[in-house]
Amino acid sequence: MLIEIISWTAAVVLVVTSVGLLISRDWRWSLGLLAVQYLGMFWLVRLHWPLAMAAVKLVTGWMAGSALNITRIGLAKDSNDDEEAWPQARLFRLLAAALVLLVVISATPRVNNVLPGIGLPAVFGGLILFGMGLLHLGITIRPLRVILGLLTVLSGFEIIYAALEGSVLVAALLAGINLGLALVGSYLLTAGPEPKTEESL
Amino acid sequence: MNAPVIWIIVPLILAALTSLFRRGRVIVILGGATTLLLAGISLLIPIDTALAIGPLSLKIAPSLQILGRRIVLNSGEQPLLTITYGLAAFWFFGAEAAGVARRLIPVGLAILALLVASVAVQPFLYAALLIEIAALLAVPLLSPPNKKSGRGVVRFLIYQTLAMPFILFAGWLLAGVEASPADIALVAQIAILLGLGFAFLLAIFPLYTWILLLAEETSSYALGFILWLLPLTVELFGLGFLDHYTFLRESPRLVQALQVTGLLMLVTGGLGAAFERHLGRLMGYAVVAQTGMSLLAISLGGQNSIPVFFLLLVPHALGLGIWTLSLSVFQHTLEPVRFNTVQGMARLFPFASAGIVLANLSAVGIPLLAGFPVRLVLWEGLSEQSLGVAFWFGIGILGLLAGAIRTLAVLVMAPTGTQWQTRESWQQRMLLGLGIGVLFLLGLFPQIIYPIIANLPLAYEHLGH
Repeated sequence: MLIEIISWTAAVVLVVTSVGLLISRDWRWSLGLLAVQYLGMFWLVRLHWPLAMAAVKLVTGWMAGSALNITRIGLAKDSNDDEEAWPQARLFRLLAAALVLLVVISATPRVNNVLPGIGLPAVFGGLILFGMGLLHLGITIRPLRVILGLLTVLSGFEIIYAALEGSVLVAALLAGINLGLALVGSYLLTAGPEPKTEESL
Repeated sequence: MNAPVIWIIVPLILAALTSLFRRGRVIVILGGATTLLLAGISLLIPIDTALAIGPLSLKIAPSLQILGRRIVLNSGEQPLLTITYGLAAFWFFGAEAAGVARRLIPVGLAILALLVASVAVQPFLYAALLIEIAALLAVPLLSPPNKKSGRGVVRFLIYQTLAMPFILFAGWLLAGVEASPADIALVAQIAILLGLGFAFLLAIFPLYTWILLLAEETSSYALGFILWLLPLTVELFGLGFLDHYTFLRESPRLVQALQVTGLLMLVTGGLGAAFERHLGRLMGYAVVAQTGMSLLAISLGGQNSIPVFFLLLVPHALGLGIWTLSLSVFQHTLEPVRFNTVQGMARLFPFASAGIVLANLSAVGIPLLAGFPVRLVLWEGLSEQSLGVAFWFGIGILGLLAGAIRTLAVLVMAPTGTQWQTRESWQQRMLLGLGIGVLFLLGLFPQIIYPIIANLPLAYEHLGH
């Protein structure tokens, strides 16, 4: 019973973090929410995987967030990812997130029937991350936002797939993909002509 | 000696090594010679067979265990290794002339190794993960560090990443359908998931916008390498699905779906090429059309489909290599490579202009060029199935032909009195001349590559026999 309560709490945390990621305009908040999101994901993966393997997901996620954080700190202040369409954009995103939430709530029992043994909180958590990540990808083209969206989609997928596949090789490859995505994100964030320094002028 | 070590680990190590060098020529020699050597080994030394060399006995073991799973390269995969590494050597030797050697070869070697691993990994479903890692590695290749990342590369990253979950879920469900093949609802779910996964990976209509965007944003040669290798691996992965699951292989609906998708790709690609004014995007449309042709080849069914599919490989890679190298020559001096900037350039860049036009005509399937024999076989096969399908195939081809004629007209439209010159470097002239020669050679004597191509289907237990 206690595990069930904690699992649902983790799923709710995932709803909050993924919606937060969608509407936050400050990259510091976004990366903080991503870190919390990986905690919730860790718990739901832990339901099916041994602690050590589930911890790999958490550590990898945090490493990915750290890589993005370090890169973003090093960038100029004007290259931010803030959206300028307030208040319409935020309101629109909240409404779109509510739609995704409704779809996920209605789809969770069906998916749970197709994939028995996973458990409703894991299915709900997985689907909400997948859905919110897709929504995120649909409304942005900025590299940092896209990477956050992709990491969210992958987290959702990994929660559900952990119940289906326990291979160490798959876990290692997925960890590599998460880290790779973060590194690619860092690369895309820093790519561009060298800024002219006083010395070069 | 171990096959996965030779054809996967060695290229990965070499990829790391070549990234340390600064001189393009050293990297080209190292990368090109190694891939050529690996192609030669796969051609000459059989896997899992003891070879006596004097007092020594040599045997290449087929498998390698990694984290509880096996990576297996059997003798059936050897023709594929020969073709893949041989064509990669061709790409690497041209990289210096295209000005991308330092970026292409280290990353290209790593991508090549990962894609070979994706063919060899067991269970084969894990290939989706390796393809995704290869796609991630391709990002620095497609987005140079000194240029702000464009929309094309971001879209490429999104689509390739989204494909993986769909394919892995579908693969898991497929295990269930093997136990109860009569479960129609389950089969429909699998079809949707697989279809979405492969649509993202193969840039199926309308998800191919990233190809066109990248054709404007990045080096054509680097993009050409990715557009050759990535779809090839995905198609081989797709064939793996057909080979493993009987109900997929024997499904008439799958044949229909492949045919419709292939035609959609060919016709939209052809029509896009007919009206396009940017030479890079025009090449992108041709690649889309050729992916459509590959799908149509698989849809042929019967004994013809897989041999025709494999016959498309070499002319496609060769044509794409020449096309993108020629475009790179233009990109060094003219940017963007639109009709108004390249007008009359045949007088100044005759080799590059000939390369673009002939590669385009080879993609159309004009007689005497490498693409002709296989397109003829494919068109004939399709017309035996349905005249309607053959008609739409013809429309797609006509579109590509219109693109080629318009390009030719623009390139030769020089102001009166313009003198003939050759502004290409000697290296570019030599490579383009050689490539164009091979394009004609394969058109006149297609049987010279047949001994290798004929054994390619053997990599597939059910499809190839």
